[in-house]
Parts: sequence; structure tokens; C-alpha cells
Amino acid sequence: MLTALLRSLRTGVVTIRYPDEPAQPPERFRGAPRVRPRAVITALPPPSVCPSGAIVGGAGQSRYAIDRGRCLYCGRCAEASLDGAIELGRQVELSARKRESLVVEVAPDAEGRAVALPGPPRGEDVAEQIRRTLGRSLQLRHLDSGSCNACDWELTALLNPVYDVRRLGIDFVASPRHADGVIVTGPVTRNLELAVRRTYQAVPEPRVVIAVGGCACSGGIVGRSYASAGGVAEVLPVDAFIPGCPPRPEAIIFGILLAVGRVTERQP
Amino acid sequence: MPSMQGLEQRLASWAGLERGPRPQDLTARLHRAEDVPAAVAELCAAGMALATLVATDEEATADRDLKLRYIFEPASHSLRPLPDIFVTLLASLDPARPELPSIAVEVPAANWHEREAQDLFGIVFSGHPDPRPLVVHDGWPKGRYPLRKKFEAGQRPPVEPAEEFPHLLVEGEGVLEVPVGPIHAGIIEPGHFRFSTVGESVLNLEARLFYTHRGLEKRIEGMTTIDAFHVAERMCGVCSVAHGLGFCEAAEQIARIEVPGRARVLRTLALELERLYNHVGDIGNIAAGASYHYGTSAGLRMKEAIQQVGERFTGHRFLRGLLVPGGVRFDLSAELARSIEAAIAATAEALADLKERIENNPTVIDRLDTTGLLSLPDAIALGVTGVGARASGVDRDARRDHPHAAYGSTSDLEVVVVTESDGDVHARLNLRAAEARESMRLIRALLASLPSGPLRAAMPEALPPWGIGLAAIESPRGAAIHWLRSDAAGRVDRYHLRSASYANWPAVPLAAQTSIIPDFPLVNKSFELCYSCTDR
Repeated sequence: MLTALLRSLRTGVVTIRYPDEPAQPPERFRGAPRVRPRAVITALPPPSVCPSGAIVGGAGQSRYAIDRGRCLYCGRCAEASLDGAIELGRQVELSARKRESLVVEVAPDAEGRAVALPGPPRGEDVAEQIRRTLGRSLQLRHLDSGSCNACDWELTALLNPVYDVRRLGIDFVASPRHADGVIVTGPVTRNLELAVRRTYQAVPEPRVVIAVGGCACSGGIVGRSYASAGGVAEVLPVDAFIPGCPPRPEAIIFGILLAVGRVTERQP
Repeated sequence: MPSMQGLEQRLASWAGLERGPRPQDLTARLHRAEDVPAAVAELCAAGMALATLVATDEEATADRDLKLRYIFEPASHSLRPLPDIFVTLLASLDPARPELPSIAVEVPAANWHEREAQDLFGIVFSGHPDPRPLVVHDGWPKGRYPLRKKFEAGQRPPVEPAEEFPHLLVEGEGVLEVPVGPIHAGIIEPGHFRFSTVGESVLNLEARLFYTHRGLEKRIEGMTTIDAFHVAERMCGVCSVAHGLGFCEAAEQIARIEVPGRARVLRTLALELERLYNHVGDIGNIAAGASYHYGTSAGLRMKEAIQQVGERFTGHRFLRGLLVPGGVRFDLSAELARSIEAAIAATAEALADLKERIENNPTVIDRLDTTGLLSLPDAIALGVTGVGARASGVDRDARRDHPHAAYGSTSDLEVVVVTESDGDVHARLNLRAAEARESMRLIRALLASLPSGPLRAAMPEALPPWGIGLAAIESPRGAAIHWLRSDAAGRVDRYHLRSASYANWPAVPLAAQTSIIPDFPLVNKSFELCYSCTDR
């Protein structure tokens, strides 16, 4: 007992200070792909380069869009673009309240260079209402709707001494009856759809729904098929989308705080 | 263990023999599908065990049939080294009446494979002792088989009214049914567990899985190698490297690509980092199951440290994105090698400390000893693999028995396979600790022996048509078997993954039946199986 205590004292505090201090992903971290402002449109790779179908448009079309909710963050589009027309960002705070906000679009100007198109308006007024109700302590029920378990393990990591989300008043509870909302990982498989609906219904109102990872945001690599609904929003009303494959722990913390109005969305 | 020649003689009366898919392998085309049980009996008598069963729909090809490939590997308990061969028994079935005898009674490891082929291909295995649906759940319309080629991937048949799934009922005075899941109390994957109990004792446990069935094997059909790789890498989170590697090795076999030595070593490094973060995290999870919270935190911290150094190396906390068909995408700098060494040194110390604390804590040890027993004969019959098998005395490890990546390429990279004999939770914990130490030795050896040279070989965009690749990879959960075939256009015709968890799940209910219901989380955590790469 005493040696365990001494060891703990020697170790000191290992917990990070996010969100008070910014997340610091390592050099090789692959963040959201974005079209470099003023990049030549013809230097952008074709949609076929993307394994999850997150890119639409391109040469000969009026727009070029990258869907961060579908993206695997594999970096193939950046590798295939010419002159660095697509760069990988380092921002982890990508979550959005609306699904459309995850789609970042550019259009060519008269010189054939990329100009960013404005995104949809953000729902800050709704956020303020949610913040008043759920913006302090937040108890979440995890709901695996068919994930590959990477998102699940990142939720587990939130409880480790390094991320320790309990310091932010956030915790995971065993029963939906004790929860203020559900945090969902996976595309909602056919075999889980009923369980997903029932778990949601068992959460007392008002309740939040947070979709974690590309599969939960959009169906991701799984898509829509005989076995998959193609995203949580097909089944439940989603309050916050946290893209990533999987999102890093700080990205999930940001998304949870966003869902209850404790932080505001970052500009894409 | 007979020679290859002896095996050929035994099979020759029922089948036409040829080499393949790999040069050292044997494929036996059975003249009649009814002879499957007899041929299987010969293989089993020769010390071979079922590795996987792959069904394919070849109705649109010249053969106009459904095919079943029963793939066997050497599993003798007396012979070492085991030869690195696979024997494929190939049976052809009429797509209008696909029926053949079941082998599930004689070969329990075939049980789930046959039920899966029944659900996804409509193949009837006559005499199967338990032909309930496995992969498709309540409300799936009869007569629709999603892995048949004529079933379009985008179809979403409506959920039909269905009766409650017929769980095995235990009857008698005082018997209580305890249903648990599919949504669990912790942050874990979904599955349904139906306990029949008397008091705290578990009389029977039925595990119903495949809730996370995402149709990924259908999804991958028709994809290019590179796109399909990204799906294979995402069959599972904590087996990302292992499954990505299995797909790569199968595709590289078909394309006849030699992966450069430096890439092979870097792949092996990623595979061992994956094993290490899993094993140390799993030791923490076993501590969680025994309510030893210091151990839980210590395990999670070790896991986090290895994941962080893995992210520095690959740009991803689950090490995704390093592998690519043909090689690897990133190199290892001297600075990165030093940070991996430092993380290993810290983990070695923390693991030794945690292990000592657990061993000296009677309240923890009391929970671990004699809990969740899996006997050696049961482990063999079910074809259990990995930690669960080795903790019950099965001396097998795909890193040694089916060398892949850089294993065995130098004497330092030969894996020392550890076994335990007790088959309880404590044995599985001890085994993980021993394997984590071996992983750390291997990681140091890999860092010391990094050859110079290119990172990847050129991989053709399209594979040679109708090639078959077969690879066995030792994932953190045990051996995973990957079977890949290209189509006429060089895209994926069929890919089948038999994950280690798939082989191991049937052992969990058996082990749980030796314990009381409050110990189930502990027993479950001691196997620590993935649902996602089982269900796909």
C-alpha cells in the first residue's frame, strides 16, 4: 500500500490540460484534408482516389467537396494531389452540430483557382439552450452501433489517467436511465438498429446524441447496405458529429463539449 | 504428421490434386461433395486441423457452381517444427440445390463456419446439430443470401415479423435465465449473453454475436486492391495492423510481389507494437474485472504510452496508414527509434511492477486462480488460437508456424513461443505478461536489425485475374486466416477473414460455465476477444 502510494507520488500528474491548453498531435498526425486556398483546380485528385467516397466533383465540374464526416484521414488525396493542392490539417477540433458543416467545398474562380464556399449557418442559439440544461455535469451512455472498436477504445482512453474526462464533469454510466444522452460509435447495423432505438428511448428527456467517428457520422467505410443503415442520423436525431477514423481523444472531448454548448465550433 | 506425399496418397481416391494457392500448399478438388466428411477424417487423422472454411459464389463463371474450401493446417502436438503448409479441400455445389453433409459433430471448429455459409450463401449442411441462424438476425427474410453474387449490395430487405430467437433453455427447479446485452454496461462491443443459472453458478451460457455484422466482405467485392486494403485495415480497431498485413500479404502473393526487407521489418515492428499495447492494456482490463483499480489505471497508462509512440511512428494511434500493399508508407528515423526504445524501457519497468503487485495481492489472485477454465482437449477441439490456446497448453503461434512479415528471417527474429498449462484466468494473464516481454525483446531486435533499402515495391493497380492469396497472421488475439481472390478485372472477387476472435468465441461460454456469474466479466476480459472482426 505504502509503496503504491510512493510510486504514485513519484509519477506525479500525467493528465493533460486539454481543453485549457491545445492538443498537440505528433508531426506525422494526419488531420483533415483541405484544399489549399488558390490551388489550381486541375491539381486536385479525382474522387476515385478516396477509398471511402468522401470526395465529389473536380475537373469539369463547378465544385469540389471533401466530406470530413466520411473521410478516413488516410492522406491518400494529399499524396495524389499536385503541388500540394490538398494539405492535411493539424486541427483536431473538427466536430460540428450539423452534418452539412462537415462538408468543405471549393469552387474555381475565373483563373481556375480554388475559392472556399461558405458553409451552412451554425446553430449557436440551440447550443445556448442545451448549455443551460446539460452544460455542467454530463452523464453519457456509450452505445456501440456496430463500430470496429477503435472509437470504443478511444472512449475508454478518455477515462485513463492521461485524458481523465471526469475532471470535466463528464462520465460514462452503466444504464441509459441514468444518462443525459448517448454517445454512439458505428454505422448502426441492421442487427443493432432495434437496440439502438430502445437504448435511446430509455434515456430521460432532454437528451443529447453524439455520433463518434466516420461510421457514426456518415456510414464511413461501411456505407449503406443490407447490413448497415449508413450513419446514426438515419436512426436518431444527432446533436453533434465527431469525425475521425477514429477521432483522437481530444477530438472526442471537444465534440462532447460542443454537443452541450460548452465550446463553439471552429472555422473549417 | 505424414509427409505431403502420404497425404496426397490418402486423398487421391476422392480428389484431383494440385499445388496451391501457395507453392508449398496442396489443393484437393473433391469429385463429389458427399465425400467431404471422409476426406476431412483423413486430414484430421493426419494431425491437421480446420483453419477456415471459405464459400464462394461462382455461378457466373464457367464452373456455374458454389464452392466450399475447407482449409486445413498442421496441428500435431508432438511434431515441431510444424510445416508451413495449408491443404484445401475443394467441394463444388449445385447453386440450385447446394447441400452436403455437415462435419460440425466431428470437427466442432466447423460449427460457426457452416452456419455462416448457410446464412450468407444458402448452403445446407445436412446433419448439422444446431442450424439456427448465426450472422443474420431476427426478421431477415428467408431465401435471401447476401453473399451470393446476384444479391445487390445496396439492397435493404425490410425487417419481417419474427418470433423470439430460440435460445437453449435449461429447465428445472430454481433455474434462472439472465439475459445480458447486446448493449452492455461498460464501454464494450455488443453481444447477447444468455445465462442459465442456479444461484450464482452458471449452468449454461449462450453467446449470441454478429450484432456488429457490417457486411464488409460484401462491401469489399469489386474494389481495387488499395481501396479494399483500407476496409481490411478497419475490420477491427485493435487488430488494424494484423488484418491490414494479412490482406497485403494475400494480395502480394497474387501479384507475385517481393516486399523489400526494410518494409518487412517495419511491418513487423508495427505488429509487435500492436500486440504490446493490447497485451498490457488487457492485463489492466483483467485487473478491472477483478476490481483492482490500481492495476486498471497502470494497464491503461502503459497502453496509452505505446499508442502514443505508435502515433509518432505511423501518424495514427491504432497504427493505421503505415502499411500499403507492396510495403510501407513511412520510414523510421533514428530519433523515432530512440523514442520507441524509451517507451519500451518504461513499459518493461511498469509491467514488472504491476505483475509483482498482482502476484502479491491475495485478493486479486484469489479471483484469478481456477477461474474460467479451458481444458486442453476443448481448446484443441474448438480450434482455439492465440493467448486462450497457449494458456491451455497449445504450443502454436502463426509467427513461428506460418512465418510472415520478418519473423524467422534472422535468429533474433525467431519467436520464442510461451505456453502455460492451467488454462485459467491467471494463466492467461501470466501468458500475456510473458508475451509482452517477448514482444519487447522482438521490438529491440527489430530496431537493431533494420536493413537499408526501399520502403515499397511497385504494386500493380489491378491484380492478375483469378489469383488466390492465403495468409496466416498472428494478431494480438491469435492467428487470423486471410483468403483473397481476384476477379477477371483484377479487383477483389472475394475476401474472407477468419479472425482469431472468431475461432476463440465458442471457448468463452465453455470457460464461463466453470465459474460463477459475477466472474463472467473477468473470464471474458481474460480472453479479450473482438466482436467486430468476428462479426465483420
